[in-house]
Amino acid sequence: MSSVLTIKDLTEEEFTLPGNAACPGCAAALSLRIALKVLGPKTIMIVPASCISVIQGYYPKTPCRVPVLNVAFASTAAAGSGAVAALELKGKSGVKVLCWAGDGGTADIGLQALSGAAERNENMIYVCYDNEAYMNTGTQRSGATPRAAFTTTTVTGKLERKKSVPEIMIAHRIPYVATACAAFPLDFASKLKRAESMPVRGLKYIHLLSPCPPGWRFPAEKTVEVGKLAVMTGMWILYEWYDGGYNLTGPSKALLEKSRRRPLKDYLSIQGRFGHLKEEDLESLQRDVDEHWEEFSKKLGIRA
Amino acid sequence: MKSILSKPSEGASGLTGMWRIKRPIMDTDKCNMCMLCWLYCPEGTITKRAGGKPRIVYEYCKGCGICAEVCPSKAIIMLRREKGAVDR
Amino acid sequence: MTGNHAVAYGVRDASAEVVAAYPITPQTQIVEKLAEFVEKGEMRGRYIRVESEHSAMAACIAAEACGARSFTATSSHGLLYMSEMIFWAGLGSFPVTMAVVTRTLAPPWSIWNEHTDILSQRDAGWVIMMCESAQEAYDTAIQAFRIAEDERLVQPVMYGLDAFSVSHTAEEVDLLEKKDVEGYLPPLEPSRLRVYMDPENPGTFGNLVGPDRMMEIRHSIKEAFDRARVVIKDAVRDYEKISGRRQVGLIEEYRCSDAEVVMITTGASSGDAKDAADYLRDEGVRAGLVRLRVIRPLPREEISDAVKGAKVVAVVDRDYSFGYGGILAGELEGYIGKKMCRFVAGLGGRDLTPEDFKGIAMKALEMGEKGDVSKEIWWGLKG
Repeated sequence: MSSVLTIKDLTEEEFTLPGNAACPGCAAALSLRIALKVLGPKTIMIVPASCISVIQGYYPKTPCRVPVLNVAFASTAAAGSGAVAALELKGKSGVKVLCWAGDGGTADIGLQALSGAAERNENMIYVCYDNEAYMNTGTQRSGATPRAAFTTTTVTGKLERKKSVPEIMIAHRIPYVATACAAFPLDFASKLKRAESMPVRGLKYIHLLSPCPPGWRFPAEKTVEVGKLAVMTGMWILYEWYDGGYNLTGPSKALLEKSRRRPLKDYLSIQGRFGHLKEEDLESLQRDVDEHWEEFSKKLGIRA
Repeated sequence: MKSILSKPSEGASGLTGMWRIKRPIMDTDKCNMCMLCWLYCPEGTITKRAGGKPRIVYEYCKGCGICAEVCPSKAIIMLRREKGAVDR
Repeated sequence: MTGNHAVAYGVRDASAEVVAAYPITPQTQIVEKLAEFVEKGEMRGRYIRVESEHSAMAACIAAEACGARSFTATSSHGLLYMSEMIFWAGLGSFPVTMAVVTRTLAPPWSIWNEHTDILSQRDAGWVIMMCESAQEAYDTAIQAFRIAEDERLVQPVMYGLDAFSVSHTAEEVDLLEKKDVEGYLPPLEPSRLRVYMDPENPGTFGNLVGPDRMMEIRHSIKEAFDRARVVIKDAVRDYEKISGRRQVGLIEEYRCSDAEVVMITTGASSGDAKDAADYLRDEGVRAGLVRLRVIRPLPREEISDAVKGAKVVAVVDRDYSFGYGGILAGELEGYIGKKMCRFVAGLGGRDLTPEDFKGIAMKALEMGEKGDVSKEIWWGLKG
């Protein structure tokens, strides 16, 4: 499982049409655009309350050229399960179900339905685009907000650590779990392709870090740079898990050694949400990253 | 019963080019056709013409500036719109 | 068979394609039986063992959006936990059907019968029906799909079964022949759906609607409900043809035409009220009964027509809205053109016997004669 897609592998056809309501520089909109290029028109999308429900613009128009079922906040994976059951029953095995939810809809209010669907191993792809807070309602903290980040409900910085939904999904022993980052669209596209083309039935989960200019407080043109720094500093690790084992992907492959990683400060200092941090806070967060890598490195190389 | 589905259309949120503060200008002579601008445009407003150079669709380009940032040959610059000018 | 099993057989015979359900007393037997039908291959459908009622309705909605006939069942707390998605199904015009075994809401915990749960969902855009017996539960399970999927309506249908007195009470139930049901209930054609997820003709359901368009979408549902009476009557008439059994339409009128006092009830205890009417007539009191089989659309015209000869009407609510009163009494007040006495009875599963209904009818007559029907009576309240 190492094939990596190139730009040439992505179709010129657009499945999200321009003139949608995403903020300038939105990584979620970018990633959705890439995802639908990979999965193609025979995809039914399930979307809960999220930025993506607003990005779709106003009835009777929609930017999406695949069928989209908007559902209530907590119900993404359950609705996906219903769609999968109906499509299988109708013999429409060529039609894929793509659940596309934010971090609030995944790590918090939608976690129960996601866990249920994962335990039942429903045959669908679930992408959590993680912009690390409730951005659609104006940046309130979620379970996926990282420690120390400013949000409108953690004005002095979040005290708790980020919840790892990919690890929760791995604990369900579904066929495929991966992380991705919007700044590396080809890595994300390759993972979707892998998820889609796996012969084994079941739930494939991709957790995509999605930098958010207004919520993270950086200029819109810096979306890709911020995303790249999340990975290059080691704050966000790109990996896949399948057959009981992990492997690093993309730039993360080269970052096992601490000296290869950029200082975390490079990532934090260009975002307003970390602007209040003192030197000792930065050091403490750097230790978190280093410890996380140490812990993570112990899991590598083990595959059933 | 009448369907209550929204149908695919450009401009589901209007002419989003009106949102733009800065306008991307592409110097096609500098363009090496790597297509990173096309890849990274969140809006899909950079079209990939068969065999040709990319083109920006200004009706919908929100002017985020990602294309200029990711262009390795610095072929795109972001120009602030002049006061009173109609940027279309 | 019990009312619960009758529902399961009805759902099987109606060829439901997707069942998504979560257990709750006293509904569980319905979904256990359906799981058994699916596992033994007696039903072609898929059974999704969801982790909550909220997910059950979400799965049913999405299955309908992909063209599959869907069913779930729940009760009291499950119904309330599901409520967000119940509105999603109603306001999105997804023709799901659902059995609700009516049960008291906690706290304190109670598993016994009350109708407040199902009535709490009355503004959700669902047709709401109530079953009096196991036979009617079987018949309603099949009719509900026909009503929900009727192209003049295309809205979901829920039907209540009183906890234990219908859900767990065994009766003889006549089942239909498969071919008769197939003629009555054609397969669900995607063209009939208001929301169909079709990659060949993609559309988005549920994205933002501005204030300039929302009223029209709501009004289209209102118009569908304007047609619901006829849809239900047609479904009942055609069902009489295939079953050879008389069916109740929107309301059942029992000895109403010459009655001086008419009780208005819904659900299982209507049988006891009918017995009470018989006993009272033996004693020279002309009592009658209107049973609501359908609560949404509310059959106001039919009820006011049925009670037009009465001196006084007694509405018996097995439900309550604090600060308002019995829900059915409140809904009918001002529409039936009669002196109306309001009784609240049988909350929390308290037994209601024919003797109780005799007392209720006599009390209503007495209040009517005195000319003061303003007091709400909590029947059988202990001091």
